[in-house]
Amino acid sequence: MTELILFFVFGALALVGGLTVVAAKNPVHSAMGLMLTLFSLAVFYVVQAAHFVAAVQVIVYAGAVMTLFLFVIMLIGVDREENLHETIRFQRPLVALVGLSVVVLGVVVAVGGRFAWVTGVAAAGPEVNGTVEAIGDELFTTWLLPFEATSLLLIIASVGALALAFFQPRRRPPTEEDVR
Amino acid sequence: MTVTADWYLILAAVLFVIGAAGLLVRRNAIVMFMSIELMLNAVNLTFVSVGRELQDLTGQFAVFFVLVVAAAEVVVGLAIIVSIFRTRETASVDDLSEMKG
Repeated sequence: MTELILFFVFGALALVGGLTVVAAKNPVHSAMGLMLTLFSLAVFYVVQAAHFVAAVQVIVYAGAVMTLFLFVIMLIGVDREENLHETIRFQRPLVALVGLSVVVLGVVVAVGGRFAWVTGVAAAGPEVNGTVEAIGDELFTTWLLPFEATSLLLIIASVGALALAFFQPRRRPPTEEDVR
Repeated sequence: MTVTADWYLILAAVLFVIGAAGLLVRRNAIVMFMSIELMLNAVNLTFVSVGRELQDLTGQFAVFFVLVVAAAEVVVGLAIIVSIFRTRETASVDDLSEMKG
């Protein structure tokens, strides 16, 4: 019963956040909508006993990533009007059509199939419980090599970001319009 | 009435489609980036829900690695957007069409 209430409340909040990301004119409002969605998903992770993932979601996504987004929005300014003129014909109707058909396909597969594609894989086992201990246990045994690879990836990313920020790109050469 | 995994899967599908639509419709590079994050999060919800349904912890490791990759991607992507903005004074992707054939 608790899960039912939580699902509807935070599911609605997640959808509102997602729609705000797409529909808001001001990028700061988009960022706030994304934050709402991220927190709602963190609640879903807690409900589904993925405690470690929920904590990481709040700390890394809602904390670090969103701060970075807001900094960049502030840095490059939000007052500029966005030109929403479509250069590709029928893009929006096509987007609506494809999106709708993906959702319908998902509903049909999830409800109609009733997990026909995974029957017999897991019968009655212990419920998963993604505590820090359980995650750490497996992360440093089974998943040790991928884990180290992610550290390498993070180093490359931070060095790359530093390089992009440090070596300032040259301004583009003046065009004829600028000279005139 | 209990909440089963398919409810979460449908919610994730809807969120993913919202993100994809935002990526296709918006022109501001930062908003497009946020739409990508929305899509990644929808997939993460799928991983956790299916992992719980199958009583398998592996789904949560997938989420962990997706999170790391997303963080790295955001760092580099935003740095690229900022450096483009420095030279071009624009964050609109329609203005960056020099490579169009």
